[in-house]
Amino acid sequence: MKGIFIINSEKKELEFEPHKRLLDVLRENGYTEVKEGCREGECGACVVLLDGRPVNSCQVLAASVMEREITTSKGIGSLHNPHPIQEAFAEAGAVQCGFCTPGMVVSTYALLSENPTPDDEDIKYALSGNICRCTGYVKIIKAVKLASKKVKENGK
Amino acid sequence: MEGLIPESLNEALDALSKERFIPVAGGTDLMVRYKRWKNLTPALPYPPLFISQLKELKGIYRENGEIIIKSATELSEIEKSPLVPSILRKAVSQMASPGIRNMGTIGGNIQNASPAGDTLPPLYVLDARVVLLSKNERRCLYIYEFIKGPGKTERLDNEIIYEVRFKIPTHTHEFYRKVGTRKANALSKLSVAALAQLNEEVLEDFRISFGAVAPTPIRRMEIEERIRGKALSKLDDHLIDEIAHAYEKHINPITDQRSDKTYRKKVTLRLLKAFLYQIRSR
Repeated sequence: MKGIFIINSEKKELEFEPHKRLLDVLRENGYTEVKEGCREGECGACVVLLDGRPVNSCQVLAASVMEREITTSKGIGSLHNPHPIQEAFAEAGAVQCGFCTPGMVVSTYALLSENPTPDDEDIKYALSGNICRCTGYVKIIKAVKLASKKVKENGK
Repeated sequence: MEGLIPESLNEALDALSKERFIPVAGGTDLMVRYKRWKNLTPALPYPPLFISQLKELKGIYRENGEIIIKSATELSEIEKSPLVPSILRKAVSQMASPGIRNMGTIGGNIQNASPAGDTLPPLYVLDARVVLLSKNERRCLYIYEFIKGPGKTERLDNEIIYEVRFKIPTHTHEFYRKVGTRKANALSKLSVAALAQLNEEVLEDFRISFGAVAPTPIRRMEIEERIRGKALSKLDDHLIDEIAHAYEKHINPITDQRSDKTYRKKVTLRLLKAFLYQIRSR
């Protein structure tokens, strides 16, 4: 079947099997920044924003989100034009193997849009669906706080 | 097997009257239950009938002293709504993770009928009713009539869960505890939801429900009836032990990968007592 999706602010007409997961449709169309981890909504590697709210794309049937806005980490900022959140993750050393980072970044983006100055508990709650097996989370929490500061300074 | 994306509730009910579908709202339970290997589509047993886009199934309302939650309302909306009693909001805020709460719906949690379904114990103590619609009929069942066993409910193949409704509770004491392996993304080992109303030193109302310690959540009206109307001065250690003893034979947990039956039973009874002590202390 064919469907229109608004991915990273771009209108895209994609062809996909009717029961495909959003995760597969995204990855098969080049959005490989969306990672496949546990495939059951536990790890958060595949988190994308659906109309601005984080969802696990492994648990979403693509057909159910046609015409809606999907944002991946590359929609927030790119390699040469990174978003302050992405800069903060790099600067704070919150990226080790990097597999959880795209999910962490979009979850952080959703958090900061709702709550620009989160405390530790707010951060832990917002990122509770994103698992990282490298960092031990200390640097991730640091990165979110740094991001909050940068976003405020940049007014972005 | 393509499925259907109806534009109205009537279209959905019409389709269900002719053909068998599996209604899909958030899909967060279904996608896990029917998942297959990487790159394969989930093995849904019937074509999906998508219902989360239907406006008729969204929203939280207050009407004649009742709260109405439409079935495809996401858990994250319930968590945030000031209309929803805090006992249900507390339970929802401890469910899964933000990404799942943004997709998962209350109707889905009810229809999934997991013994560990976290909206169920609060809905049991709220005496919630489930409204079902089919093309020609509307049925209304108490949640404890609707849930029949693990994964089993009273919903017929041609029906959709339309809404959940309950009277706005008046209570002076409230208790909710979920015991899980970690704070987020953990299925309950057990959970306890309870409400009580103390009026001039008399325990006018008492309701308690236990999750994940039997095939369905437990609520025992006959035990509650014995507690109702008791003067607070009568609620001594002896009576508290007696109440715990009365509940004990109904709490029959299993041992599984999440916890074992001895632990589940012990903690459940301790939480029951904790709530009774909490009532007594004021």
